[in-house]
Amino acid sequence: MVYKHLVAAGLGLAVVTGTGAAAFAVDLTITCRCVEGGVNSATAEWIKNSVIPGFEARMAEEGREISVSLTEFAGADEQLTQQLALDFSTGAGADISGFDGFLIPSFVDAGLLRSFEDLIGEPAISWEGWDHISEGIRSILSYDGGTYGIGLGTDVRMVFVRADLFEEAGLDAASWEPSSWDDLLEAARALKDAGVDAPLQLNAGVSMGEATTMQGYWMALLGTGEGVVDEEGRWIVESQGILDTLNLYKTIYVDEALGDDRAQLLADGRNRTFANFRDGRTAMLVEGDWFYRSVTAPGSEFALENRDEIMTWKKMPAREPGAGFRGQGHVSVSGGTGFVINPNTDSPQEAWEFLAFMMSQEQMTAFQDYQPGIRSRSDVPIPDSPFLNETSQALLPLTTARPNDADYNSVSMEIQRMTESVVSGELSPEEAMAQYKAAVTSIVGEENTVSLL
Amino acid sequence: MAPATILVAVFVIAPFFWVIFVSFTNRTLLGRTAVNPEFVGLANYISLFDPVSFFQRGQFGFSLILTTQFVILSALVGQALLGMLLAWLLQSVPKGVKSITETFVIAAWILPEVVIGFAWFAFLDYDNGTLNMIMESLGLPPGDWLLQQPFWVIVIFNVWRGAAFSMMLFNSAFASIPPSYFQAADVAGASSWQKFRDIGLPLIRGHVVTVLILITMWTFNTFTPFLLTNGGPSYRTELISIYTYRVAFRDFDFGKGAAVGVIIMLINLVFALIYLSLGRKRAKGVKT
Repeated sequence: MVYKHLVAAGLGLAVVTGTGAAAFAVDLTITCRCVEGGVNSATAEWIKNSVIPGFEARMAEEGREISVSLTEFAGADEQLTQQLALDFSTGAGADISGFDGFLIPSFVDAGLLRSFEDLIGEPAISWEGWDHISEGIRSILSYDGGTYGIGLGTDVRMVFVRADLFEEAGLDAASWEPSSWDDLLEAARALKDAGVDAPLQLNAGVSMGEATTMQGYWMALLGTGEGVVDEEGRWIVESQGILDTLNLYKTIYVDEALGDDRAQLLADGRNRTFANFRDGRTAMLVEGDWFYRSVTAPGSEFALENRDEIMTWKKMPAREPGAGFRGQGHVSVSGGTGFVINPNTDSPQEAWEFLAFMMSQEQMTAFQDYQPGIRSRSDVPIPDSPFLNETSQALLPLTTARPNDADYNSVSMEIQRMTESVVSGELSPEEAMAQYKAAVTSIVGEENTVSLL
Repeated sequence: MAPATILVAVFVIAPFFWVIFVSFTNRTLLGRTAVNPEFVGLANYISLFDPVSFFQRGQFGFSLILTTQFVILSALVGQALLGMLLAWLLQSVPKGVKSITETFVIAAWILPEVVIGFAWFAFLDYDNGTLNMIMESLGLPPGDWLLQQPFWVIVIFNVWRGAAFSMMLFNSAFASIPPSYFQAADVAGASSWQKFRDIGLPLIRGHVVTVLILITMWTFNTFTPFLLTNGGPSYRTELISIYTYRVAFRDFDFGKGAAVGVIIMLINLVFALIYLSLGRKRAKGVKT
């Protein structure tokens, strides 16, 4: 008897949903690490107030009823990665999602993403936007000949400086041009003597995730002339560059306490570094241009008053002049984020149409009103912002990209562990590097590693 | 009977064997081995017990030893002793005091874990935490509890959290002793300690072992300290359950995570067998 009822109820439900699909509108969901009034607020506002209404209106004109909703993800980057990996592997998740380019290879190799060529086909291959997006930017969300997402743009990294604190320490930030790590450390010591608590912050530790690897480790390591892989793509597991980088961390956090080591060890550490900079406890912070565009922008949580007067930026110097990657005196590293389509979406074509609309010239231009930036599309005018113009002119020629490799994400986590064990004072740089070597060797296999010692 | 068997098969037996199977592969969630996992035999187990890295922070051995210390200090010493002490003291206080104390202790036990975790986090925070405000108002230096003493924080947290359960079990155990025994002892002029040592403890010995095994199992498997420390800093509070979670769902190394899971299952099995055999002995004891 019970079974009969259940079967009847099940059939009834099937009938309702079956007829529903034909008569009702298509529902799309989009998610990103963006929260109105929180992290990446401008992106959330842009999607909610410009992209979604614009797209729904256009569809309505064509007589199609498509409704889109934004799921604002408030967790950290690593938590979004975790969520997406689990969602995509179980057929769940939003139709369209914000995505960090460096994760593309590991997701693709795991079968968790399908290329636009495969999932969408012709409409995505012949999209007008590709004519306005450079190969370099397109490659950030591409892998192995396939395109997996559309990028919003790229970024660069630098040292952000509090000019007012420099002045208190008797230094002139405007004329200060650091050309070696010693210059950074000397300034930090002077600031510390002048009462600035944690003058120099270089990211480390596990809880910051990729921010540790990009804003911290890469920025220092490139200054020793090395990368994470050599020219042949083999992972460097032992080298003087790694040791120098770890010793720089040791100097900053353990030996001289020039940085706030708690911010590198606590779970919400990255926000703490932002707060330190805002509250005048940190005078030099190595961060990406996102820190300027979004984190300290007027109206956001970590906004700086009189930002244009008290905040400036410097190129990250190499260990000593000319010792950097490719013989450079200054270094930077770039990545890029964008949006991908869930491989399990019920409505791939509609999802594509939405994504293409979002990345159209019209909507990208509209985004500039929410948050000025250098966009992936060349037909979107660069806003009149001295910061963006100067940083891109100075840093784009110097910058480097991460290896587009499926193992990068795992190796990056080992880098985060290596830096944490040094910053916490638990291991010496030599011991930490030995652990790193063992861990990376077991991830990529000994034949893909190289020792430079 | 049949539906129950199917449910158990689908939700208990099948995942059980699936985990054992996965533990012999190098399956991951991301990367090449997600789609084409290879059979690696005992490699995952061997890497867990690799003597070179076994005792390093963030490795299996370190986590296992840490968990053992955690169980001994917070469950056996903390929860059981405190629970028994509370239960014994409550035997001889007025009814009102007893019920108020019980209410408070049990409140600590029934509150949802996430609420508790957040409350403790707020209590111990370095900059704005309640504890440091109290310390400062008393003229004492503030402490960086979650960073400097993370292990003791989770030990005290777990004692606070679990003492209520031991107290309730011991309470009912003491209540099962006929009051006349104590009345006789009172007439003879016995002190509270003498009554406890010569009447209370011997008569509840069976219950004590049961309680110890139950709270050992729970503490061994608890995940709540993650809410306070995330397993950090530098793995210093990475209990075995948190270690498993990290390996499987943060590093996405399903093969190794499953291997840890299998070992944890075996350890729990030992606890469960001891528990069951004790129960059987007691059942027999009642019959004869």
